[in-house]
Amino acid sequence: MIYKILNALIVVFVGVVGVPVLYFALNALVNRIPGRLRTWLRPYVFVGPALAMVGVFLVYPAVHTVILSFRDRFGQEWVGFSNYVDVATDASMREVVFNNILWIVFVPTLTVAIGLAVAVLADRLKTTAERVVKSVIFLPMAISFVGASTIWLFVYAYRPSGEQIGLLNAVWTLFGGEQQAWTQLSAGNLNDFLLMVIMIWLQAGFAMVLLSAAIKNVPVETLEAARIDGCNEWQIFWQVIVPQVRATILVVLTTVTIFVLKIFDVVYVMTGGNFRTDIVANRFITELLSARNFGAAAVIVVALLMVTVPVMVLNIRRFREEEATR
Amino acid sequence: MTDTSVAAPPERAEAAKPAATREKPPGRAGWFARSALLVLCVLWLIPTIGVLVSSFRAEDLVKTTGWWTALASPLDAAQWTLQNYGDVLLAEGMANSFINSLVVAIPATIIPILMAAFAAYAFAWMDFPGRYVFFVLIVGLLVVPLQVAFIPLLQLYGDLGISRANPFLGVWLAHAGFGMPLAVYILRNYMGSLSREIIESARVDGAGHMGIFWRLIIPLSTPALAAYAIFQFLWVWNDLLVALVFLGGGENSVLTYQLSQLVGTRKTEWHLLTSGAFLTMIVPLIVFFSLQRYFVRGLTAGAVKG
Repeated sequence: MIYKILNALIVVFVGVVGVPVLYFALNALVNRIPGRLRTWLRPYVFVGPALAMVGVFLVYPAVHTVILSFRDRFGQEWVGFSNYVDVATDASMREVVFNNILWIVFVPTLTVAIGLAVAVLADRLKTTAERVVKSVIFLPMAISFVGASTIWLFVYAYRPSGEQIGLLNAVWTLFGGEQQAWTQLSAGNLNDFLLMVIMIWLQAGFAMVLLSAAIKNVPVETLEAARIDGCNEWQIFWQVIVPQVRATILVVLTTVTIFVLKIFDVVYVMTGGNFRTDIVANRFITELLSARNFGAAAVIVVALLMVTVPVMVLNIRRFREEEATR
Repeated sequence: MTDTSVAAPPERAEAAKPAATREKPPGRAGWFARSALLVLCVLWLIPTIGVLVSSFRAEDLVKTTGWWTALASPLDAAQWTLQNYGDVLLAEGMANSFINSLVVAIPATIIPILMAAFAAYAFAWMDFPGRYVFFVLIVGLLVVPLQVAFIPLLQLYGDLGISRANPFLGVWLAHAGFGMPLAVYILRNYMGSLSREIIESARVDGAGHMGIFWRLIIPLSTPALAAYAIFQFLWVWNDLLVALVFLGGGENSVLTYQLSQLVGTRKTEWHLLTSGAFLTMIVPLIVFFSLQRYFVRGLTAGAVKG
């Protein structure tokens, strides 16, 4: 214990003092170099260490993972496409992908719908009330996925008999239903949707913040013009506000979609992938840590990477457009 | 630039705002808006309140009666207890994990933010070959799934002996590397929006790049540094994926890992699960309530990371 804290204190010290000293030392070194080489080298003193970190911890592993997807489960022998064939023909994988498609279809849309509703409705409240409502909706963003999953596991808690301690079963039995082990109910993918609720609960605040900022940027003249023309509030929302915040809606949709693809925690904690709830990101962890099959795990990563590439390209294109207009 | 771009620097978004800011007509919400928001707020709060209330109730009560029944007689002191927290902290090893979480999160926040600040300055205010290409690389890596890194890093750490000798070192470096693109991106956008005249005049006064960066840019960039620091700290604190792969259980386990194991092994011990869950949430909630403005900025800007 003492060793551990000391270890951390040393690192904090190295981080706070050592990292700047490293830069100052490199900079002083460059100062001794004569002439044009000095001016040429100096910027790399500033960007070098950060780029090295990105190279070692993201670029090199990404390339290596693609290579590993063509090697056997220990990463030793070349096996061509056989990992891809194995994963693609694995019957259980079909269900995993189907579940993931459900997540991708429902979570981003419902997150945006709730975020947009809160943003629009809260905009009509007085300033203090608006702030309180937004804080409440944003609050779950602070909580870890594990913590949030535990919270919702308690909502879905089930007792075979006696008084129900889970809120959902208490309400359900109050209205004459039979108590259910909700997270195990795979009929009609019901438990998948109950897990998605957690993700929506966590992410709606993010959607709300971005959409609220966009809505407040809608010129008030356009709203008033519509009102003078006799539009009701519902028409104003759909025909005046939504078209003007469409770009933000798209950004939030893609961001949440990418996020949904990468998150494994909710499924890992709630069901461990059992009861037909498994998704790709959790399957990766199973292959990596339980099955110890690096080849299959690498194939899953390559698949995730493929799905994110279009978003990367989109981000880069948008960045270039912004730079061009700077 | 609108505030619609992914990971938009919140500061610039805000700078663009005043032109469009409008007088807010006070309280034009009708009964529909009010009741819809009320229902949503209640739905959003109730799950957390249930856990909070249960974590202070006696074990036999938590297991046999709904937590809402405690609200009928909140003054009945006999039902409230701190026993659950004592149990989960000591018997379940959460106290040790709490320290581990701090040990992981603090260096994993400080290291990347300093390195990113230096790089961001160069990208914003220095000219060098590769400046554009390298930054496009950073933008591209913003959304890359972290899963790409795990298999090679597991092998690398194994080969170098890091996973045995000092497992925390591996986690610090991994988090620093994973957080770097976002940090560089946010800080470069912020630093780039600072006034050119200030920097030019410092240069005329004879200040070098190092001096300008350290005495001028860093103090001026405090809002962006704070927003990113809060985001990264909470991201690491709340992370399960990296902790699961590189630290795992035992002596070194962090809070999120310990809670996930508790859920797996103590399925019906709700007095322990609720207090354990709340323990993992305390630090984020304190940050949320004390630094809400930076918090919202940081988390919204960082939502692309994963």
